[in-house]
Amino acid sequence: MLIELKNVTHIYDQEQKIKALDNINLEIDEHEFIGIVGHTGSGKTTLVQMFNSLIKPTSGDIYVDGIKTTGKKPDLNHVRQTVGLVFQYPEHQLFEETIYDDVAFGPRNLDLDKEEVEKRVKVALDLVGLEYEDFKDRSPFNLSGGQQRRVAIAGVLAMRPRVLILDEPSAGLDPQGREKLKDLLKRLHQSYNITIILISHRMEEITQLSSRVIVMDHGKIVLNGSPKEVFSHKDKLEKLSLELPEITEILYRLKERGCDIRTDIFTVEEAVDEIINVVGRQNHVN
Amino acid sequence: MSLLELENVEFKYHGQSEPALKDINLSVDKGDFVAIIGANGSGKSTLAKLLNVLLRPDKGDIIVEDINTKNKKQIWEIRKNVGMVFQNPDNQIVATMVEDDVAFGLENIAVPSEEIRERVDHALELVGLTGYETHETHKLSGGQKQRLAIAGIIAMEPSCIVLDEPTAMLDPQGRKEVIETIDFLNKEKNITIILITHFMEEASIADKVYVMNEGKIESQGPPAEVFEEIDYLRSINLDVPAVMEVANGLKSKGMEIPEILTIDGLVDALC
Repeated sequence: MLIELKNVTHIYDQEQKIKALDNINLEIDEHEFIGIVGHTGSGKTTLVQMFNSLIKPTSGDIYVDGIKTTGKKPDLNHVRQTVGLVFQYPEHQLFEETIYDDVAFGPRNLDLDKEEVEKRVKVALDLVGLEYEDFKDRSPFNLSGGQQRRVAIAGVLAMRPRVLILDEPSAGLDPQGREKLKDLLKRLHQSYNITIILISHRMEEITQLSSRVIVMDHGKIVLNGSPKEVFSHKDKLEKLSLELPEITEILYRLKERGCDIRTDIFTVEEAVDEIINVVGRQNHVN
Repeated sequence: MSLLELENVEFKYHGQSEPALKDINLSVDKGDFVAIIGANGSGKSTLAKLLNVLLRPDKGDIIVEDINTKNKKQIWEIRKNVGMVFQNPDNQIVATMVEDDVAFGLENIAVPSEEIRERVDHALELVGLTGYETHETHKLSGGQKQRLAIAGIIAMEPSCIVLDEPTAMLDPQGRKEVIETIDFLNKEKNITIILITHFMEEASIADKVYVMNEGKIESQGPPAEVFEEIDYLRSINLDVPAVMEVANGLKSKGMEIPEILTIDGLVDALC
């Protein structure tokens, strides 16, 4: 078990007793790829901030890599090296004069020697697809938004986390930027064995990447399962005013019209084949 | 004469070798709903800034209600005619209370107070925020904030509203609210809309779409026609909705279906 939450409740506003998290029980294993979805204000961001002990819960216990972070004097350095968090619009946090210094900021704080810092910066920039020699001496502020975001992610990767949490990493990126990000996350998960926790409003991203999907509402986990399981709860998701992935929506609508069609498909190619199979056959019978 | 006319417009930012906009020709009539679609860096926001004279063209002319934007003395006349809504809801709200925010522009142009009341109430009604008059602006959701920004513009009674990526920072619910509001204002209230976006779903409800790439208008026409070129749209880094991809896939495998823009359209065509 990498991360475990037991009966975690978090109250934001002590006067109004608003529960940002309401009795959460959750276990996350090494090498999972978890997608978290939920309406704005459902508690997603508060939840992931618990994972690296950025916020402590009002009650309940949290364990990260065996350390009880809600206990007395937990080793928070270890926790924060284990769990890297990429905030929303992380490019707003770039501050150094060169890309090298920005990515090196975290590793330097670990008291690593110069060569090790340089190695980590190289690897991290390489991972996010920015050519080290071309970019290291440039200012992070003269990059496109998508490139800035990749520099910010490189800064977190240079800490060599075992868990990477990303809060809406594709917000505001164009389609090419989103594709690159998706490839990066896939690579980190598959080739580098990093456990990934992704918050996103984009259901396509969630269904195509995650092995497990968690749906939040009013501080509670209301659905928790594989993408196929979670997105089979169409009515529940609609009640939470969450969008279905567009492809799922199309297939459900065809089913409502009486087509005997599968609804647990998440790629365009498979959907096309299924529609041709089912609708084509029906038309033939007619 | 059109409400808004661009003729051979070119614009280059200081210090850049390539113009941000080249040879732009575009005309908008009263009551039109025009969408301008393009990827990041295609020039669409520059175009928006030219429309209400935050920038002036290097070549060509922009004429709004018979006034050329080169005419420096009438710059405020033009800005009154072209209302702008921007991307970030938090940057457009000036007051702490909803009705004060809508009234802000009207107070600046010294509208009598009874009339301000009327116009504020009417504007809030049109964007679906009646009942929120005395709410605090910072407690609104993103979608509500953008609708409030739209109300502030409507209250000024411009000839047209230009919205520059008004949904880019909103969640799906907020996007829906804003797009439904824009559609309502155009279809029911005949307000002229120029919507700048990189979402094809949003552009598909317009009467006419202009596709921008590398500073030029490369394609224009009704959405159903323009959006037929899926491979081209993808090549210029636009978001092609999954429903159009599916329709395209079905066609390429020999299924006969008409031009599809929406899920409803696809479902109707298939069953």
